[in-house]
Amino acid sequence: MFQIRIHGRGGQGAVTAAEMVSVAAFREGRHAQAFPSFGSERTGAPVISFCRIDDKEIRLREPILEPDALIVQDPTLFKVVDVCQGLKPTGYLLVNSNRSLAELHLGAIVQRLPAGHALTVPASELALKHVGRPFPNAALLGAFAALTGVVHLNSVAAAIREKFPEKIAAGNIAAATAAHDAIAQSGVGASAVA
Amino acid sequence: MLKQIEGSRAMAEAIGLCRPEVICAYPITPQTHIVEGLGEMVRKGEIENCEFINVESEFAALSLSIGASAAGARAYTATASQGLLFMAEAVYNASGLGLPIVMTLGNRAIGAPINIWNDHSDAMSMCDSGWMQLFAETNQEAADLHIQAFRLAEELSMPVMVCVDGFILTHAVERVDIPTQTDVDAYLPPYEPVQVLDPSDPISIGAMVGPDAFTEVRYLQHYKQTLALRLIPEFAADFKARFGRDSGGLLRTYRADDAELIIVAMGSLNGTIKDTIDEMRADGVPVGLVTLVAFRPFPTEALREKLVRARHVVVIEKSLAVGMGGPLANNVDLALRNVAGAPQVHSVIAGLGGRPITRASLHGVLRGALLQPWDGPRFLDLNERIVAKELHHVRKVRRSGPTAENLLRRLGQDAEISAVLGGNR
Repeated sequence: MFQIRIHGRGGQGAVTAAEMVSVAAFREGRHAQAFPSFGSERTGAPVISFCRIDDKEIRLREPILEPDALIVQDPTLFKVVDVCQGLKPTGYLLVNSNRSLAELHLGAIVQRLPAGHALTVPASELALKHVGRPFPNAALLGAFAALTGVVHLNSVAAAIREKFPEKIAAGNIAAATAAHDAIAQSGVGASAVA
Repeated sequence: MLKQIEGSRAMAEAIGLCRPEVICAYPITPQTHIVEGLGEMVRKGEIENCEFINVESEFAALSLSIGASAAGARAYTATASQGLLFMAEAVYNASGLGLPIVMTLGNRAIGAPINIWNDHSDAMSMCDSGWMQLFAETNQEAADLHIQAFRLAEELSMPVMVCVDGFILTHAVERVDIPTQTDVDAYLPPYEPVQVLDPSDPISIGAMVGPDAFTEVRYLQHYKQTLALRLIPEFAADFKARFGRDSGGLLRTYRADDAELIIVAMGSLNGTIKDTIDEMRADGVPVGLVTLVAFRPFPTEALREKLVRARHVVVIEKSLAVGMGGPLANNVDLALRNVAGAPQVHSVIAGLGGRPITRASLHGVLRGALLQPWDGPRFLDLNERIVAKELHHVRKVRRSGPTAENLLRRLGQDAEISAVLGGNR
């Protein structure tokens, strides 16, 4: 089982992101379970969502305490919550930022992970460029596909198409593809190996 | 058709396939996306011959359902938590009048203190109201149970609550196989009421009944639920034959045949319990599970048969009858009443107000049941530290203040201390 925890702020679409990863995995014939952390929904407040992916039925209903991957939609969250809590030593870390991990003072965390398992991606910038609004989801999911290889970019694109009207979907797919290709070309992540 | 879909949406689609004719709902908190989905489907004409009525309260939602059902329409509504409490009088009326309404309960806690999260307090508050209550383990089962619920309700002319864990199931996106209209039509015949308000053939429903017949009316209500003990497995078997899935029934077992310790639980918690059982079995601990689907009628005999050979029974439930303990544990005791050499029953109260129930905590409490069994209710993951502080405070100070606010303040202090010390509490 592969477990993903997504940290964001209310309004950034953390719940939608988890749902879209689950749809991408479902389209590949796998079992997936996406769920929000339940609480009062306030714009800007820290929120968490979860996604499990497996080849067999997923029965577990506890929150994801030891994620295989963390997707962080807003780098300022590191100062507010213990984002990396429980992250597996073999895990992946993907952060939405146009700065480097070192500039974000995440060096200590990066050192604990295998080489090439931690990345920043300028997802909000890519979204502004391709969609015209700073929603980082699509680019982060494209980057996630490239970094982990858990789902294919095509499945992410299909999930985006399922969720959004055609015109908005096209921009989001462009953002996802741009993030994916940038990582693949940099030689980091699963897609570079494949 | 297999879909990756939110639980509420899956249920809405399944309910739509049951061809409801009247759907009444009060659309704000505590409500789920189920009625939102149904409202949209009715507006788009996807559910034929159906009226969606937005009402001004939960009391109105069920009262209107009662009227619709008495007039011969297949009626549906949904609520949770405080919404169910606001319906309470109508809940008893629907069952007392014998009207086959189906209602989804997206199970949530009841305030005060204010809490919007999942537990089974709402279902338990109305468990003796004369409605049948079926609990879903997964969203697939939640969808399937609605289809079975309409058939069961209408066969007996008695209302059914389908209990689905709020948030944990209603808001989870997972794989659900949505049946076809043809298959549902073949399984669920059109509603043929046993009593109907018809201007061309007037009758009255809802007479005043004095001491001369009240007991008999109640007895027949109880008798009908005992008939359901036979019908529920029958309809589940027919469902399996047509749809190929084990959904519903009175109860299901998991690795229970040779188990020394058997867990009894209801709802989505069963999935986490099964994973925990697999881990414990791998360590050679003989544990098993009985998942109760039907809580009302209570399957006393079926449960007894599954439990008698065990040494220990651990009942894990998301509800508390204050001053008594676990209501489900109490009911399980009933199944073992007067049984010679009956297993010991241990009660665990867990997941109240949305507290996550983890495998780690289940491991602890289950091993505890084998090593150091207990009698009264045990509260899983109880923060004994803040409880002790509060009890001490209450003993010292007469005007000790509101409990909830006191505890929140103490939690905040603990968090500050742990931040200063850099460690976990």
